[in-house]
Amino acid sequence: MKPAPFKYYAPQSVPEVLDLLNEYGYDAKVLAGGQSLVPMMNFRLVQPAVIVDINKIPELSYIEPHDKGVRLGAMVRHSQAEKDPLIKEHAPLIHETMPQIATVQIRNRGTIGGSLAHADSSAELVVVTTALDAKFKIQNQKGERLVPAAEFFVGLLTTSMESEDLLVEVQIPPMPAHSGWSLKEVARRPHDFALMGVAVILTLNKKDRCTEARMVYLSAGDGPISAPEAAKLLIGNEITPELITAAAEKAAADEIDPGSDIHATAEFRRHLANVLTRRALEEALQRAKGGN
Amino acid sequence: MENTFELSVTVNGTSYQKVIDPRTLLSDFLRNDLELTGTHVGCEHGVCGACTIILNGDPVRSCLLFAPQVHGQEIITVEGLGTVDDMHPLQEAFREAHALQCGFCTPGFLTTLVPWLEENPNPTEEEIREAVSGNLCRCTGYQHIIDAVKLAAEKMN
Repeated sequence: MKPAPFKYYAPQSVPEVLDLLNEYGYDAKVLAGGQSLVPMMNFRLVQPAVIVDINKIPELSYIEPHDKGVRLGAMVRHSQAEKDPLIKEHAPLIHETMPQIATVQIRNRGTIGGSLAHADSSAELVVVTTALDAKFKIQNQKGERLVPAAEFFVGLLTTSMESEDLLVEVQIPPMPAHSGWSLKEVARRPHDFALMGVAVILTLNKKDRCTEARMVYLSAGDGPISAPEAAKLLIGNEITPELITAAAEKAAADEIDPGSDIHATAEFRRHLANVLTRRALEEALQRAKGGN
Repeated sequence: MENTFELSVTVNGTSYQKVIDPRTLLSDFLRNDLELTGTHVGCEHGVCGACTIILNGDPVRSCLLFAPQVHGQEIITVEGLGTVDDMHPLQEAFREAHALQCGFCTPGFLTTLVPWLEENPNPTEEEIREAVSGNLCRCTGYQHIIDAVKLAAEKMN
């Protein structure tokens, strides 16, 4: 047996899950797609005493229009989101992100809610939902609350959720008019953890001046890392190639905090960030001008 | 055993009932409890693809599922794709195109590709390479596997 022993529960409704989480607290771990949790359990990096499997709860797998954007139940699987026409239309950055996440076998099982609750700083969905300013609906026995992405991800593999909380829904706001988006990343092997990556959203006014710019980096620190100072270089201006170069350099040099490991040095990651930011800004700008 | 789970599951059209420890991985359950050793165990953390099985029609990693999670569901393993006398066209193509040497990774490739070929009957080489990107092979260098998938697509059309 690879994992340590645990008690297994497969509740059929959200209230039952909340009861179990309330009863067992930090001894319990919610099992969604299991594509990060089960490897960690196989290595015995985590040894939860209780597993609460939420795969038997059908009402957490919806994708619906919401406030001109879209909302997704926490148990929507990556492959379901990848093929969904509503997401393609209302959340194009999410649509474009899905095929870049892990391999097809992982996407068939992994869930949106699981990936976000795991809060791995190299996960595409973590940076993309931060760039999109998504909101996370969290329930516990006392009620529910809506938490913006910026307050949801608080550090290394850590969210602002407590042990009795369950992430039940993610709300993706609509892309503003005249906006463009891009996700660029580099991985050693296709679909492996990315060494560096950036999600970009640019919004222009009718005179092609930038009114909003967001750049959020993966594998660049303990959580999703934003680059507000680089964004300030763009906002209020017409975006030129020179400005793109300056913003990319600013973000890569001053705003991200990548580490060194056996896969890449911090210096190489900064280099990648610079190049990827430039490419992402160029693509986002083109899309913003194309009227999306 | 105090902490047990009564599992019923359909594998390759046969229904099974077994009492198991809930922490049993599906890959180990198939191999040890059902003695279906065609599903191979490589990395056991979701990287190599050798343990891929078809769960309710979709290829998934059986090393990243606890056996109780498939209670009441339907699984196809490599044993369910064909027999020695009546191979699946993809298995025939693997043999003809020399798509395996040691064969350890082959069950994972087959279970990944059989559902995929049904959805993608006329794949390009690039699409095939993307489709097998979740499966590692250390012998072939992949080229003959790509050839076999092309051959299988022709056979199946």
